[in-house]
Amino acid sequence: MARKTRSTSGTGGRTAALFLVPFFGVFAVAMVAPVVYSLVLSFYAQQKSGLGFGGTKTAFVGLDNYVQVFQSETFTGGLGRLALYCLIYIPCMVGGAVAFALLLDATVARARKLFQLLVFLPHAVPGVIAALIWAYLYTPGVSPLVQALQGGGIQLNFLDAHLVLPSIVNIAVWEWTGYNVIILFTALQSVPREILEAARVDGAGEIRAALSIKFPLILPALSVIILFTVIGTLQLFTEPSIISKATASVTSTWVPNLWAYDAAFNRHNLNQAAAASIIIALLAAGLSLAVTRFSSRMNKA
Amino acid sequence: MSTETVSVAPRPRSGATRANSSRQNKNHDGGTRPLRPGRNRLSREGGFASAFTVNALLVLGCAYMVLPVLWLFFAATKDTADLYGTPAYSLGRFAFLGNIGAVIGQDGGIFFRWMANSVLYAAFGAVLGGLISVMAGYAFDKFTFRGKKTWFGLVLLGVLIPNTATVLPMYLLASVFGITNTVWAVLIPVLCNPFGVYLARVYSSSYVPDETLEAARVDGAGPIRSFFSLGLPMMMPGFITIALFQFVGVWNNFMLPLVMLQDQQLLPVSVGISIWQGYSVPQPEFSPMVITASLLSVIPLLLAFILLQRFWKSGLTAGSVK
Repeated sequence: MARKTRSTSGTGGRTAALFLVPFFGVFAVAMVAPVVYSLVLSFYAQQKSGLGFGGTKTAFVGLDNYVQVFQSETFTGGLGRLALYCLIYIPCMVGGAVAFALLLDATVARARKLFQLLVFLPHAVPGVIAALIWAYLYTPGVSPLVQALQGGGIQLNFLDAHLVLPSIVNIAVWEWTGYNVIILFTALQSVPREILEAARVDGAGEIRAALSIKFPLILPALSVIILFTVIGTLQLFTEPSIISKATASVTSTWVPNLWAYDAAFNRHNLNQAAAASIIIALLAAGLSLAVTRFSSRMNKA
Repeated sequence: MSTETVSVAPRPRSGATRANSSRQNKNHDGGTRPLRPGRNRLSREGGFASAFTVNALLVLGCAYMVLPVLWLFFAATKDTADLYGTPAYSLGRFAFLGNIGAVIGQDGGIFFRWMANSVLYAAFGAVLGGLISVMAGYAFDKFTFRGKKTWFGLVLLGVLIPNTATVLPMYLLASVFGITNTVWAVLIPVLCNPFGVYLARVYSSSYVPDETLEAARVDGAGPIRSFFSLGLPMMMPGFITIALFQFVGVWNNFMLPLVMLQDQQLLPVSVGISIWQGYSVPQPEFSPMVITASLLSVIPLLLAFILLQRFWKSGLTAGSVK
C-alpha cells in the first residue's frame, strides 16, 4: 500500500471523484441525510393546541424528547435487557467459536472441509427463518428438545419470562458461531507451522500449543470479531420480534430497537422514535470506538 | 482500524506459506500414528487431545448446527396431526406436496411474488451496490487525493453504525418524500455498503498491482478504461464475494422492508413469512404451510452457499484464492 504509481497522483483528485461520487451519493442519501433529519426531528414535538381542538402544531422542545425516552421505564428496561443479552451472548458465541476453531485446527481433526461447511450452514438461514425454527423448537408438543428434556425429568418452558432471554441468545449463537469459526480457523491456518513444530519438539502437547501459541496469534482476528459482534448485538430486532408472536414474555418494547419501532408505528410519536434512534446510533458508534481503541491497545501491548 | 488487524484481509504471501504448511500438515494427518514418538507419548498423556475426543466434540458442535435445519426438512413433510403427534425426526404420512399446494394456494399465490421480490431486491443490491463499493474501494487504494483519510474515516464510521439504527431515520425521511411503500424505499438503501468499500480497498491493494496500471497508462489508457478493462477483472473474485455477502444481507434484511412497505405485493419473503407465522400461532393448522414456505425460502440460499463455497470462503479467507 505504501507505493503508489506516479500516474495516479497527478490528476488523482478529479479521477478519484469520478469513482467516489456514486458511493458517497448513496451514503449521503441513505445514511447522512436520514440521521441529520432525525436529529432535527428529535428536537421538536407535536403539541395539542389550546383546548385540544384545532389539531396539533409542531414546537421546538430542545432535549425534551431525549429526557422522556430516558425517563421511560420500558426504554431503560430494554437497554438493561440488551446489556444483559450482550453479557451472555458475546462470551458464549466468541468462546464457542474459538473452541471450535482450535478443535478444527488440531492435528488429529478429520474431515475438516465437511465440518466447515456444516458449521457454516446456519449462516445461510435468514434470521427470520432461524427465529421461526427455534420458536417451534421451544414450543412444547412440537419440540424434540422439550420432549427429550421431559424424558429426563426436566420441565423447562423456554419461552417464559425467565428463560426467553437465554433462548434468544441461543438463536443468535446458533446463527453466528459458525461464521466466526471460519474466520478464526483461517487465522489459525496462517500461524506458521514452524513455530508449532518447534513447540512440539520442545515437548508442548496439543492443548499447550493451542493455548499458549495459537491463541495469542489469533488475537487480532478475535478483536475484529468482537467489534462486529458488539455492533451486531445492538441491532437486535428480528429474533425478538418473531419470538414475540409466540409468547407474551417478549413485549412490544423489549429491546431499544423494538421500543423505537413501537414509538413510530403503534404510539405514532415520530419525534420520540427519532430521539430513540439517535440514542441507539450514538451508543453503537461510541461502543464500537471503545472496542477499537481497546483492541488496538491490546494488539500493541 | 488498521489493515493489519483485519482477518478477512487477503494475504497472498501467507497464502503461499499456508499451502506449504497444509501439505506439511497432511503428513501428520496421514496416519493415526504420529510421526514423532515424543508426541505419541504426550497425546496419550493428555487424553483430551486424542483423536477421538477432538472429533467427537466436532461432531457434537456440528449436530447443534445441523439438527435445527434438519428439523425443518422433516417438519415440512408432515401434516398438522403428525407435526404435533409424531417424533420430530421421524417420517409421518408424506404430506410435503400437499403442504407445497397450501403454500401456493395461500393468499392467491403471493408466496412466489414475495420470492421474486426478494430476488429482485437482493440482486439489485448485490450487483449495483457491489459495483459502487468496488469503484470506491479501488479509488481509495489507487488514487491519491486531498482529504483521503477523512473520507475513508467516513466510510469506517458507516461500518460502525448498525443498519437497524438508521432504518427508522430512513423511514422518517422517506415519508417526507412520499416514497415509503414503493420499491425505491428498499432499493436505494441497499446500495450503501460501507463494509464493501472497506473490503474492496483491501482486495484492490492485493489483487491489482500498481505496475500493471502504470503499464496501461504508458500505453495511453485513461483511468476509467484501466479500471474496467484491468482493475475490475482482476478484482473479480473480490467483487463476487462482496456481491454475495450483500445478496445474503439484503435477502435476510427484515427491519427495513418491514418498516418501509405496507403493500403485500411488494414484500420480500422474510417479511411475508413473518406475517404468516403470526397466523399460525393462534391457528396451529397453518403451521405445516408456514414451515414449508420457510423451507422453500431457505433452499435457494442453502444451494448458493454450497455451490459458491469457494467465494464465501474467499470472502473470509481471501488469502488462499489465487
